[in-house]
Amino acid sequence: MSRILLVAAGTVCLFALAVQAATNDYALKPSAVADGIYVLPGLTENFSRENGGNIVNTGFIVGSDGVIVIDTGPSRDYGRQQRASIATVTPLPVRQVYITHAHPDHFLGDQAYSPDLIAALPGTSAAIRKNGELLSDNLYRLVGGWMIGTEVVAPSQDAVSGPVTIAGRKLKLMAAAGHTDSDLMIFDEATKTLFTGDLVFHRRAATTPNADIARWLATLDEIDKLDFVVLVPGHGPVVRDHAAIAETRDYLRWLTRSLREAAAEGLDMAEVMNLPLPERFQSLSVVRTEYTRSVSHLYPAIELEALPPVVKSTP
Amino acid sequence: MTSGASLLSRGFIALTLSLSTERAVAGDSEGQADPLNSPAWNYVRARFFDRQPVVFDDRVKVVAPANAEDPLDVPVMVEAPGLSDVEEVIVIADLNPIQKILSLTPTQAVPGLSFRFKVEQSTPIRAAMRTKDGVWHFGGTWLSAAGGGCTTPSGGSSGLWQGHLGELKGRLWSRDDNQNQRLRLRVIHPMDTGLANGIPAFYIDRITVRDAKGMELATLNTYEPIAENPVISLDLRHQGPVTIDGHDIQGNTFGGEIRP
Repeated sequence: MSRILLVAAGTVCLFALAVQAATNDYALKPSAVADGIYVLPGLTENFSRENGGNIVNTGFIVGSDGVIVIDTGPSRDYGRQQRASIATVTPLPVRQVYITHAHPDHFLGDQAYSPDLIAALPGTSAAIRKNGELLSDNLYRLVGGWMIGTEVVAPSQDAVSGPVTIAGRKLKLMAAAGHTDSDLMIFDEATKTLFTGDLVFHRRAATTPNADIARWLATLDEIDKLDFVVLVPGHGPVVRDHAAIAETRDYLRWLTRSLREAAAEGLDMAEVMNLPLPERFQSLSVVRTEYTRSVSHLYPAIELEALPPVVKSTP
Repeated sequence: MTSGASLLSRGFIALTLSLSTERAVAGDSEGQADPLNSPAWNYVRARFFDRQPVVFDDRVKVVAPANAEDPLDVPVMVEAPGLSDVEEVIVIADLNPIQKILSLTPTQAVPGLSFRFKVEQSTPIRAAMRTKDGVWHFGGTWLSAAGGGCTTPSGGSSGLWQGHLGELKGRLWSRDDNQNQRLRLRVIHPMDTGLANGIPAFYIDRITVRDAKGMELATLNTYEPIAENPVISLDLRHQGPVTIDGHDIQGNTFGGEIRP
């Protein structure tokens, strides 16, 4: 009898697993961070088949007659579930979607929305058109079946720096750069909430595949001057102070300085990847993985600065 | 992926345990399982090391990132602290369409080097070091990669090489209490594999490092998989200036002198 029960329980478990796999449930739960401002917090992990790419913070702003969405997540299913989670908060329709930058965890949920609602900086749209398929393929490799049905949809509107009112919410759009060559920030005037995209990371190591660190640091100085109450970073917990800005700046400064020092000492890339990391960064999620990736991204240019030209000899 | 990795490491531990005895008895891998469990080991062995004694030796270390962030530019470091009388070093990626990456004759150099290469798919990377007694000592690691490195055109990027072919950058650093000198060298070259559509093979095939009197310190034979604009690091058992000379498969030569 107990054996039959066990088998039955096992069958139920298997069935439950199958159902979960089929629906790719991201378990998105809107978290209210200010009046009418919601964040769908992602894990501070790397892409995996377990998390399905839900490592990113997306958000939405509820206005008088519509909703503004900020980033659409890593897949079609994420975008659909984001939409469903918005519907648990408000029956109002989505009026506008902003994509902060052209990284796959931020725009691959675009399919869930009408393409003519989606806006981004021109550089972001161009990068999505150019590299979107490649980024999507690579994410499929990393997270597997969660990506089923995902297709690249490029934004159809250009986001323009400056004030804009949508659904009764006064927003300020800010074009910046550093994490990529086109990073859009969205500021809500009423609640002084700032969505920074990946210009700010919090308790998670920053990623640098398309970064220009000097520009990024200059942008962080500008963000530091802004009068905000709530800051929604691209990855990591929402904050109400400048700590996440300082943390991102500290890490990026250390990263470039230590790579320059390594190049000046004549270290090769594989050696640099295995250098110890300072104690203060050990608490950042995935810091070893991101540091290793960053060496790949940044060291080839930095090491050349330390190698003088050799005068040609006649053979 | 996690379970695969742990399976591999279990296999590796088992092998390391058995190695200590087997190495003492015979300089040959007959009866030893490939610690990397490579599907291509028998082929690699037969093609490059036929009828030669080989042994898996954990003193031979290959350091590479677990994942290839850029499949066109994967950093690798090879070293063998504790192994002496090494006369030749060969580095191979089992599952690359072109397997042999380079060979090194470390005449007056530490047997080992660092370089970057193009990877086509996840593969073992092996270093084989031939000691004076003729035995090849093998070490290696697995690299996970999305791939495409070998069939992607190089200069599709910048075309930098077209006006700067063979231009050298380099520098020497004193190391190990002035026992050795670290040489870092970068040559501008497309290193085309011939596997990308419409682009013929075009790569550097030899680089020699000499002392001021022309005595050879190290010679590298390089092959298609080396990354575009190769950057190579060597530790020379020599103090003072060195000269570099090399050529590619079309006979273009390059060279120069580097002073400490």
